[in-house]
Amino acid sequence: MTTLPTRSGLAELSAQGRLGLAWHALPWVLAFVVFYMAEGYLSLWTNALIMILLTLSLDLALGYAGIVTLGQAAFFGFGAYAAGLFAIHVHNDPLIGLVTATALSGLFGFVTGILILHTQGVTLLMLTLAVAGLLAEWANRAYEITGGDDGLQGVRMGPVLGLFRFDLYGKTAYLYSLAVLFVWFVVVWRIIVSPFGRSLDGIRQNPARMRAIGTPVWWRLVAIYTISAAMAGTAGALSAQTTRFVGLTTLSVLVSGTALVMLMLGGTRRIYGAFLGATVYVIVQDYAAKVNPFYWMFFIGALLMATVLFLEGGLMDLGATVRKYWRRAPVKKP
Amino acid sequence: MSSFITVLLDGLAYGMVLFIISVGLTVTMGLMRITNVAHGGFAMVGGYLAAMMIRAGVPFFPAAILASVAAGLVGGAVEMTVLRPLYRKGELAQVLLTFGLTFVFIAGLTLLFGTNSQAVPLPDYLSGSVHIGFRDYPAYRLFLIATGLVLAVFLWLVVDRSLYGAKLRAAVDNPRIARAVGINVNRLFTGTFIAGCGLAGFGGVVGAELLMLEPFYALKYLVVFLVVVVVGGLGNFKGSFVAALAIGIIDTAGKFFFPNISAYFFFSLVFVLLLWRPNGLMPAKSAA
Repeated sequence: MTTLPTRSGLAELSAQGRLGLAWHALPWVLAFVVFYMAEGYLSLWTNALIMILLTLSLDLALGYAGIVTLGQAAFFGFGAYAAGLFAIHVHNDPLIGLVTATALSGLFGFVTGILILHTQGVTLLMLTLAVAGLLAEWANRAYEITGGDDGLQGVRMGPVLGLFRFDLYGKTAYLYSLAVLFVWFVVVWRIIVSPFGRSLDGIRQNPARMRAIGTPVWWRLVAIYTISAAMAGTAGALSAQTTRFVGLTTLSVLVSGTALVMLMLGGTRRIYGAFLGATVYVIVQDYAAKVNPFYWMFFIGALLMATVLFLEGGLMDLGATVRKYWRRAPVKKP
Repeated sequence: MSSFITVLLDGLAYGMVLFIISVGLTVTMGLMRITNVAHGGFAMVGGYLAAMMIRAGVPFFPAAILASVAAGLVGGAVEMTVLRPLYRKGELAQVLLTFGLTFVFIAGLTLLFGTNSQAVPLPDYLSGSVHIGFRDYPAYRLFLIATGLVLAVFLWLVVDRSLYGAKLRAAVDNPRIARAVGINVNRLFTGTFIAGCGLAGFGGVVGAELLMLEPFYALKYLVVFLVVVVVGGLGNFKGSFVAALAIGIIDTAGKFFFPNISAYFFFSLVFVLLLWRPNGLMPAKSAA
């Protein structure tokens, strides 16, 4: 049964995630602790914030609306190239660039969504792959515009709000990314507690019945796909602006795959799942890749398989899953 | 004209490799309804094993057959341990698990063999060329075309004309009724899955000259394999055959005549085709 939310958004979210209100402050407090503790590692953490944003965007499309996509890299890369090119050719103000890249990615998501969301299942999966493939091929060929294989170089950013320059230590980049992530977090949270978000839940579970009760299923899917694309575009734009470089790899299927792994690791439809999954992934990868990148790949592959087989709700559900195996009692799905 | 025929033959040879490898994926995705993105991994495992055996002195054909049997067994083991619990879960869980499996394949082979590409040495009688009227043509590619044709006819006979094939088609069209008339659908599917992985392994060996064996093989060519199956129509063997040949020829021709836009062409074609026919060119009955 879908009921309209009557409580306030935050309380609703708490009930959903079984978290106390105070817990909601924890990720953001931690983010500031990191800022003061992780001297010299801030670019790694900025990357973690960007990946959280990308994963959160995937959670909207895939977790909530059930759109099985392997093409999130298309929007991430699109946003990155849009922001990079905007900074080079139009204006170097980060915020204007970010908003432009976000809007363009959303538009791109809207157009492709209109085309491909009529299909479902494997066909949809292939179409999302084809969109990313086409875009990657374009970026590879259009050497004069994108720099092709060499990547887009010479991205120079002005100060944020005209006040804060991007410094060598990455402090501005980190806080800037954190602020952007927070804005999107609030948007996502408003979406998932809204009637619109609830209707997505219904569409994921049973599109035919949702259609029968009068939900414009296709439009709802296009809408969330557009929002998710815009958000992934923001993540890409942040990546371009903070690293001052856009490579072809931003469009590769590995980006989509990584976001998927992070989401599953953290747990879908838990809003903080993206935070947990992306953070754990980035930290473990940083350690493991120093030893041997292929051990890392082996590890992440095995971890992914184990998550699917034994830990359906991801790390967010770790406690509940352990209790389940302990007591052999069924776990309530959120 | 002669370059046209050469491109056609090259395309056919490539298409046959795609067919041999992808026909197994038709089984997994089309018949068993498992969205399997680890299929390239089985082809890769077959290729690596054959390369190892040939270097140890085993002749080409016994090595190819042993390697495909081994790939089939690996497939069977995977099916029984990790895929079976997923039959009732959604596409997403299946994509993720097989994605993880692909990572394990890639990392495992890299740890064992390193990142370099592996050559599968051809026997002397395949590495020469044959005169075909207007020019010399590599014997290896003619061998691929012949092998693909023989396999296609063989599979057609098995699927269309044998009792096993009749059961298989029944199980695809309506698994519940098939069970009701006493067909052991699970065992049938497992057997077919093993055969499919074996074929992938075989394709990995004989196609190694066209699709270079390296650890990222499993991801690199995955999209092409998936496209063959989806464009052909899930679960349709004839559709896969037609789609594999068409893709082989179109892709080769595109690379030859329009090298700059061939990849665009490929993806655009897939895009338009799937929008026009979401269930593929020849949807299996159950999908229609």
